[in-house]
Amino acid sequence: MSPEQLPPVQRVALCGNPNTGKTTLFNALTGAQARTGNYPGVTVDRRVGKLRGRDDVEVIDVPGTYSLTARSIDEQIALDVILGLAPDATPADRPALLVLCVDATQLARSSYLVVQAQELGASCLVALTMTDEAGAAAPDPAALGRVLGCPVVPVVGRTGKNIEALRAAIERSLRTPAAEVPWRWKPSPALAAKIERVRAALPARWPASDGLALWALLSIGDDELDHIPPELRSAVHAVGPTTADDDEAVLGRWTWIDEQVAPLLERAPDRRFTDRLDRVLLNRALGMLVFASVMFVLFMSLFAWSEPAIALVEDLFGWTGEQARRVLPDGVLEDFVVDGVIAGVGSVLVFLPQILLLFFFLGLLEDLGYLARVAYLMDRIMRSMNLHGRAFVPMLSGFACAVPAIMATRTMERQRDRTLTMLVIPLMTCSARLPVYTLVIAALFPSSTFGGLSTKSLLMVAMYAFSVMTALGAAWVLSKTVRQLKAKRLPFVIELPPYRAPRLRDIVRMMWSKASMFLREAGTVILACTIVLWALLYFPRSSPEELAQLDEAAQAQAQMEHSYGAQLGKAIEPAIEPLGFDWKIGVGIIGAFAAREVFVATMGIIYGAGDDEGSLRDKLKEERKRDGTRAYSPLAGLSLMIFFALACQCMSTLAVVKRETGGYRWPLFMLGYMTVLAYAASLFVFQVGTLLGF
Amino acid sequence: MSSLADVGRHTPVTIAAVDGERGFRRRLMEMGLVPGTRVTVTNVAPLGDPLEIEVRRGRLSIRRGEAAHILIKR
Repeated sequence: MSPEQLPPVQRVALCGNPNTGKTTLFNALTGAQARTGNYPGVTVDRRVGKLRGRDDVEVIDVPGTYSLTARSIDEQIALDVILGLAPDATPADRPALLVLCVDATQLARSSYLVVQAQELGASCLVALTMTDEAGAAAPDPAALGRVLGCPVVPVVGRTGKNIEALRAAIERSLRTPAAEVPWRWKPSPALAAKIERVRAALPARWPASDGLALWALLSIGDDELDHIPPELRSAVHAVGPTTADDDEAVLGRWTWIDEQVAPLLERAPDRRFTDRLDRVLLNRALGMLVFASVMFVLFMSLFAWSEPAIALVEDLFGWTGEQARRVLPDGVLEDFVVDGVIAGVGSVLVFLPQILLLFFFLGLLEDLGYLARVAYLMDRIMRSMNLHGRAFVPMLSGFACAVPAIMATRTMERQRDRTLTMLVIPLMTCSARLPVYTLVIAALFPSSTFGGLSTKSLLMVAMYAFSVMTALGAAWVLSKTVRQLKAKRLPFVIELPPYRAPRLRDIVRMMWSKASMFLREAGTVILACTIVLWALLYFPRSSPEELAQLDEAAQAQAQMEHSYGAQLGKAIEPAIEPLGFDWKIGVGIIGAFAAREVFVATMGIIYGAGDDEGSLRDKLKEERKRDGTRAYSPLAGLSLMIFFALACQCMSTLAVVKRETGGYRWPLFMLGYMTVLAYAASLFVFQVGTLLGF
Repeated sequence: MSSLADVGRHTPVTIAAVDGERGFRRRLMEMGLVPGTRVTVTNVAPLGDPLEIEVRRGRLSIRRGEAAHILIKR
C-alpha cells in the first residue's frame, strides 16, 4: 500500500497536571509499544504510542503542566503539541482531540488547564482520575460534563477500571468532536481590543483564534521562548501587555472554576493518612533520619550493591573476549575485535546495572510521592547554591557514577536546573576515581598518623569533602556567570501529592525506556570513543623482531611506549611538567579518558608491571628522574589526585551530557571548564607546595 | 500589610494581592494563589524553609521569600 492509501493518522494528546496519573493512563491506553524520544531542542521525554487496537490513532503523552501560558521553552512544549505550533509541524500534526486528566481530588486546580484548552478552541475529553481516592466525595461525571461542556469519563488507572470506556469515548469524540464552548469570562473592552490587535499579527499557519492571541499577550515579554515569529513579538510589544491583563484573565478563569466546578467536589479529599505520615517524614529529627536512611540505601545500592551485576557484565565480556581470541587468528584483527569492539560494548553495558537501579529508585520514590518531599526537605541547602531541591538525588548518585546521575536530572522540569546540575555532577567523587586515589595514596604517601587516624584514610576522606565543596561551589559560580544558567525569578512552587502505592509495571517500563535510550544514543558514542582510544595506544605496531626477546609484560610495555598515545604523552609533557607529572602519567591520563580506573591498568603496562598492583606501587615509588631524585613525590601525588578530582576524564560522561542536552555545546563547555579548573588547581598545588619545600 | 511569610501555622488567611515581577506573579496566580483565596500554612520544612500551604484543597510547597510576595488579610 502506498502512503497515500493509508488511512490518515489521527492524533490524540494526553495532558494534565503532574501527579494526576497521566503516565499510568498513557501506558494503559497504548499498551507496550510506545516509543520514547525527545522534543527537538529540549530534553523532555516525548512519548508516542498507538491507541490499543487502532493503528490509525496516535496518542502523545504531553509533559505534565499546570498551565499552557509559557515563559520557558520547557513550558512551551505543551502548547506546541496541543496546537501543532512547532516550526516543522504540519496541520496534520495538530491533535484532533485533547484528553485532559482531571484529578478528582484536586478538581479545581486540574480544571484550570481544561478552561485554558477550551479557550484555545481545542476539542476536549476529560478523563476523571483518582476517583478511587476521592471516594464518595468524587464529583458526578455527568454533572461535571454538563458544567465543562465536554464528555467526562471516570477512570482508575491503577486498576485499569473503565479504560475500555475511555477508549470508546476517545473514538466517539474523534468521530463527533464536542462543540466549541464560549469563554468562561468576558474580557473588558480594553483587553478585548488588545486581543483583537494581537490576533491580527498571528502567523498565517497558526489558528487565528482569540485564545491564541490571549496566550501570546500573556506569554510574550521577558520570556525565553523560541520560534515566536518576530512580527508577533513586536505586535505584543506594541500593544503593551500589563499585569492588569494577566489578572483579568487568570482571575476570570478562577472565578468561574470556583463558582461552577469546585462545588462538585463535595468535601476535601481525605488526607489523614498522608498527614500522619508527613508528621513523621517531614519531622525535624525523625524526618531527617528517615531521609538520611533512604538516601543511604539509594547510595549503597548504586555504590556497592550494583557491584555483583557490574562484575557479571565485566566477566561476561572478558569471557567473550577469550572465546574470540581462540577462534580468531593472531593479529591486528583479533586485537581490534577483542580489545576494541568487545571491550567497547562491555564498557557501555557496564553502566546498565546502575542506570536500572537508579531509575528503579527514582520511579519508586516519585510514585510514592517522596521525591517531592526530598525537594521540600533539601531546598534550603540546594537553593543556597542556586540548585533545585530535586538536584539532591542526582548529585548524591554522582558519588557512584556520573552517567546515571546525569540521566536522573530529567526529574527536574526546567532546562536551566537540569543543565546546571549536569555540569557539576562530574565533580563528585565517582567510584571510578577510587582505584586511582588508592594507588596514588598507597604508592606515594608515607604511612603516618595524624591525631590518631591514619593519614592515608584521612586523605581519602578529604578527597570526598573536596569534591562536595567544588561541586557546590562550581554550581554557585556557574549560576552567577553563565547567562543560560542564571537563576530566574520564577517561583519554586511544587505540589506535595498524597502518598500513593507505586505502580511496578509503570516503573519497569520507564527503566526499560531509559536503558534503551542510553544504549541507542549514548552507547554508540561511547563505543566509538573506546575504539579510538584503543587504536591510540595500539598503533603503530612494533616490529616482531624488537619484541621477540621480551616477556609478555615487557612486550606490552615496549608496545605502549611505541604508541601514538605515548608520543602524545611525550608531546604534552612540557605542559604537564609544572603539575609534577611526566609523560608516563600523561599517557595514563589520556588512557583514563575511556574510564578513570583505566589509569591504573595503563600505568601497570607502562611500568611493565602487568596487572600486579603491588609491583606497580613499588615501581612508582622507586621511579627516579634523570638527576636521581624521586620522580613522584607525595606532592606530585596530591597534584595528580586533585587533577583527577577536577578534570572531566570520562568520555561516557561527555557522551551522556551530549545526549541529555541535545548537542555538543554543553559537553564541550563542561570539558573546557573542568580541564581548566583541574590544570589550574594542580598547578597551584604543585608550585606552591614546591615553594613551601614539600 | 502582612504577607503569607508572616503567618503562623494553622491560621487560615485570605490572599489580598500578589506582587512581584510579571512572570513570577502570573505563575503563582495560575497555581491558584489569586486574591480572595483562602490559604493556610500547614507546615514548615525542618530547615525553616520552604513552607507547606493548603490552598483549594491541595498542598503546595512555597519558599518563604516567595510567600513574602503574597499579601494577606486575616
